[in-house]
Amino acid sequence: MTSKFVTRELLTPGPDGRFGDFGGRFVPETLVPACQELEAAFDAAWNDTVFRTELDDLLREYAGRPSILTECHNLGAQLGIRLVLKREDLNHTGSHKINSVLGQALLAKRMGKKRIIAETGAGQHGVASATAAALLGLECKVYMGAVDVERQSLNVFRMKLLGAQVEAVNSGSRTLKDAVNEAMRDWVATVESSYYAIGSVMGPHPYPFMVRQFQSVIGKEARNQFNVMFDGQDPNVVVACVGGGSNAMGIFSGFIDADTRLIGVEPAGGAAVGRGVPGVVHGMKSYLMQDEHGQVQEAHSISAGLDYPGVGPEHSYLASVGRAEYPSVTDEEVIAGFQLLARTEGIIPALECAHAVAWITKESPKIQGQTVLMNLSGRGDKDVAQMMSILGESPG
Amino acid sequence: MNTERSSFGALESRLRGARSSSRKILVPYITGGLTGWIDAIRAAAANGADAVEIGIPFSDPVMDGPVIQQASEKALRDGATPTSIFNELRTVDVQIPLIVMCYYNTVFRAGHERFANALCDAGVVAAIVPDLPLEESGPWCEEADKASIETIMLAAPTAPDQRLPRVVARTRGFVYAVGLLGVTGERAELATTAISMATRLKKITDVPVLVGVGVSNAQQAQQACVVADGVIQGASVVRRLLDDGPDAVGNYVAEVRLALDSQSIAAR
Repeated sequence: MTSKFVTRELLTPGPDGRFGDFGGRFVPETLVPACQELEAAFDAAWNDTVFRTELDDLLREYAGRPSILTECHNLGAQLGIRLVLKREDLNHTGSHKINSVLGQALLAKRMGKKRIIAETGAGQHGVASATAAALLGLECKVYMGAVDVERQSLNVFRMKLLGAQVEAVNSGSRTLKDAVNEAMRDWVATVESSYYAIGSVMGPHPYPFMVRQFQSVIGKEARNQFNVMFDGQDPNVVVACVGGGSNAMGIFSGFIDADTRLIGVEPAGGAAVGRGVPGVVHGMKSYLMQDEHGQVQEAHSISAGLDYPGVGPEHSYLASVGRAEYPSVTDEEVIAGFQLLARTEGIIPALECAHAVAWITKESPKIQGQTVLMNLSGRGDKDVAQMMSILGESPG
Repeated sequence: MNTERSSFGALESRLRGARSSSRKILVPYITGGLTGWIDAIRAAAANGADAVEIGIPFSDPVMDGPVIQQASEKALRDGATPTSIFNELRTVDVQIPLIVMCYYNTVFRAGHERFANALCDAGVVAAIVPDLPLEESGPWCEEADKASIETIMLAAPTAPDQRLPRVVARTRGFVYAVGLLGVTGERAELATTAISMATRLKKITDVPVLVGVGVSNAQQAQQACVVADGVIQGASVVRRLLDDGPDAVGNYVAEVRLALDSQSIAAR
């Protein structure tokens, strides 16, 4: 069977760190040796069975992998599709972020680093980082935009309970983009003793590649599980939300060579692929929301985790060659999707994942009878307070 | 100690000239578009600066600490753009070389060739792009070379010995010795890395070596110049411009100039 898709291959970037035209290593000179060192350390670790066994053990016995697939019979029937969720929300700490953080924290220890730095938007990566640091005996500092500290106060407290230091970032738009800036400034000053655990498939090479490799466990499991559930068939469509894009790359990586549509859903107010043009920020060349002078624009999304004007470079590549599609949905559609999954299936999704629900709902008339696999990358507990203020005390 | 280049651009000729007359080089940094910035350039030139570095404000300045971040945000709020800064620069009539510091997306968005030509048209002779390391610098340097814009490369304390010769081979104008591990901003004392970085570079190149990042006052400038050919001062200059205006920049540059000159005389 020949594929209708141009690209069926998962790229491994060369020394220039490129996915097609995208990626690279646009960092201050101070950080170049650190990135080179990390590239070599990751390569050695990834090919070392001792490291891989240790990571697999942690993923199984600590994070709770493999995560299950759940078919949504009620919502599927309502929409006229067969809808299956990959339940990353059931991982320890409540999202897919733990997959990458356990890998990165193990790598940090292997590299002799005593301290990890992380940025966070919704707080999920911050919580995962604080968790891994507590488990592995590392010091942890998390940068979080002041706006996000406010709207995700529950996660801030969780990080503190886990022993991490949380710093509210007051520069720029005071969201994820500025948290990344501040984390990079910390890293420039502490590069010899600290490991920067980037939370998504973004940043300078090797981060986009490395984080994808750590998240590829999602796609690998999901494809096998789906094949078992559907008699050897692959899904017609795989859907995930995209901010930086790590949960999407994680699940896409398992289906890149399948005859499956790959859909990355962006927030309308932070549609880097949909509305951006190529640019360079945070160490990478990728699609970026920016003005005519190259000033990075502020994203505006109801979901702190997707409130980011850029996107991981591999997504830019997949978009540029037409292998994946990147539609967007509005905040209103997201709120409706959030409520819909809760009511019909008894599952409260993270607001990030509600973007994927919203797209599936909207698209359902065009994909009647098809099989749809959605990555439910996080649970919605963290968003309950925010939704209460939006919907009122009796959401009806 | 030999350089492979036989001719030098406007900036490098000027700085080599200063060095051969035993003058230590002083380069103040001024954020473009900040209230009073053009007068601050004039004041710096009149009070002994050898060149001026003009920062083009950027939304995400990852190499800058709080003072220059604040200056960038203020300039952007006041409507500064690369174009408005170039237009104003054309009106500056100082007799010292002008250098531009900008983050790479500013260059990339404009296009390499277009940006290099815009710098030329504005009377700028050199550029510092702090998030464009050696490995990524090829396409920009090619266009900059064609337009006779000298691209100044940074050398950081984290660089292993085998990396530094490649950095100095590609730099034009001078080599920017990053004085410490960290972002721009004033520090109570000069970091030991400032001296060690300058020493490592002086051993392998005759291109002028200037120390920047964390050189915070006249005394620290003197200390750095025991080894280095000169200094770049950013946050200490911008803070004065923010707080007290262009005259304060002039007074400060005069103070550092005097300190460096008295040191040169003492060393003779």
